[in-house]
Amino acid sequence: MPEQTTTTPAAHPAPPPSGARPARASGRRPSAAGARNSLARLGPWPWIGPSVVLILMVVVWPVVEMVITSTHKISGLGIDFGSDGIGRYRKLFDDARLGPVMAWTVVWTVLVVTFTMVVSLALAQLYNQKFPGRRFTRWALIIPWASSVIVTSIGFRWMLDEVAGVLNRAMLDLGLIHSAENWTGDAAHAKPWLILVAVFVSLPFTTYTLLAGLQTVPGEVYEAARVDGAGKWQTYWRVTLPLLRPSFLVALVINLINVFNSFPVIWGMTQGGPNTDTSTSTVFMYILGQTDVGEAAAMSVVNFAVVIVMVLLFLKVSRWNEES
Amino acid sequence: MSTALKKSPFTVKKAVVTATAWLLAALFLAPYLEMVVTAARPAGELRDNGYLPQHFAWNNFVDVWSRTTIGTNLGVSVLVAAGATLLTLLVALPAAYYTARIRFRGRTAFLLLVLVTQMFQPTALQVGLAREFTSLNMMDSDLTLIVANAAFSLAFAVWILSAYISSIPAELEEAAMIDGTGRVGALFKVTLPLALPGVVTCVIFTFITAWNEFVMGLILVNSPAKQPLTVGIDSMIGAYHPQWNYMFAASLVSIVPVVVLFAAIERHVVAGLTAGSVK
Repeated sequence: MPEQTTTTPAAHPAPPPSGARPARASGRRPSAAGARNSLARLGPWPWIGPSVVLILMVVVWPVVEMVITSTHKISGLGIDFGSDGIGRYRKLFDDARLGPVMAWTVVWTVLVVTFTMVVSLALAQLYNQKFPGRRFTRWALIIPWASSVIVTSIGFRWMLDEVAGVLNRAMLDLGLIHSAENWTGDAAHAKPWLILVAVFVSLPFTTYTLLAGLQTVPGEVYEAARVDGAGKWQTYWRVTLPLLRPSFLVALVINLINVFNSFPVIWGMTQGGPNTDTSTSTVFMYILGQTDVGEAAAMSVVNFAVVIVMVLLFLKVSRWNEES
Repeated sequence: MSTALKKSPFTVKKAVVTATAWLLAALFLAPYLEMVVTAARPAGELRDNGYLPQHFAWNNFVDVWSRTTIGTNLGVSVLVAAGATLLTLLVALPAAYYTARIRFRGRTAFLLLVLVTQMFQPTALQVGLAREFTSLNMMDSDLTLIVANAAFSLAFAVWILSAYISSIPAELEEAAMIDGTGRVGALFKVTLPLALPGVVTCVIFTFITAWNEFVMGLILVNSPAKQPLTVGIDSMIGAYHPQWNYMFAASLVSIVPVVVLFAAIERHVVAGLTAGSVK
């Protein structure tokens, strides 16, 4: 790499171009070549403009569209009957299905995220050990991560099939059940399985994030704890967990957002049914959209308010990490 | 931990750890192995609940191409995933480079905007997305899926590319710029080759995300011929007699390539997904 030997850019006291501030916190000035560059005079827009346009088109526009649509009366076929004020919100809040859907959304999010975090802590601890086949066993963990969630969910639906499902067969053979069950046929049977599958697909990312956190903990810290006579559990609670807090919080909030927004697990296994008995807010939104787009939009806006709260939570967590 | 990790003799603890890890690996693999078994079941044995079929119909993996539409769906997925990857890279690279190198007014605001997009998922915006692309008359379009997928991959791409570029000393570019190369030239000749691992990670991750994407394919596509593979597989359940063997043969076509790709970048993915928060 010959470039490495010619490091004399700071010797040029060229004035900074009007648009761009001096590069980096170290106070380095842009070189003469940079100042002559016509791109520099345009400021950041040629560089960040395309990103901003893409975000405006695909993220901001739909949000605006959603809010406008929620004040319109629109049929399932998309025929717009004009403004409806808060009519669609009133219809949504009068909808007998909304209460159970929101309650299940909360239970779903809390249970899936809790189980995911607890199991991932244990898995990360396990995979942080050295043992024969560690590479292979960690590799097995990435398959549910790399695979499409909808495909994995359909796989579980099939394994739970009343007639041919291998899980029904296995549970019969193990004596756990007396006769094959239609696990995805009603909410009471389906919900525990939906939670299990959602945890299954959330574990890899969470475990890997915590594992990355564990690997940044310096060995000397454990050494010191041992010298001080701390037991294994004490070390884990007092040393490992506090040091793992940044990774833990980030994984927690990302999971909260992902699980709250999750669609494919429920869609792939029950399509939110029977009726809307296993629908969370995002699946309910889709089902509403088949008959009343305005009400679906109202549901999206309510849902979006929850997402905003979570995003603020995420930003708070991020800032906390930067400070420490 | 370092002392515990020194080459230790065989212990009960190590045996328990090893056995647990292997058992867990088996559990994680099991659903996908069951897909292989089901894909190889003859049509006549689909309703049997035996663990393995009497005969393995491996020719299902050949027949699936002529008996179902997955060839077409695969084409859409390849086009959309490749297009979205290219677009993401084209859009994210300049932004990542500029934010890594220059402290400009609005830099924080821009990075915040990007971070927030990562939090807004297509699922939450489904109604708005469907309304928008209907009014633009862009439903059933590969281009729509390309643009939409690129937008939701942008955050990951900008963060990871920015992190890589920051780690490359600016002096290297400045040297090239003194030699008369412009900033863009320096980016291509000096920075990009050095940031190649980051670019590869970004390319593979974006490709996989678009490849696996389901919700936008479901809401923005009505015509079966324009459905990506994930939506095509899901729609096979709706058939009067679902052909589970073909469905899982198609599923494996969808899974195997991305698992291989993912294994190649696994180490870098966590960094990109949690970037901006864990540092």
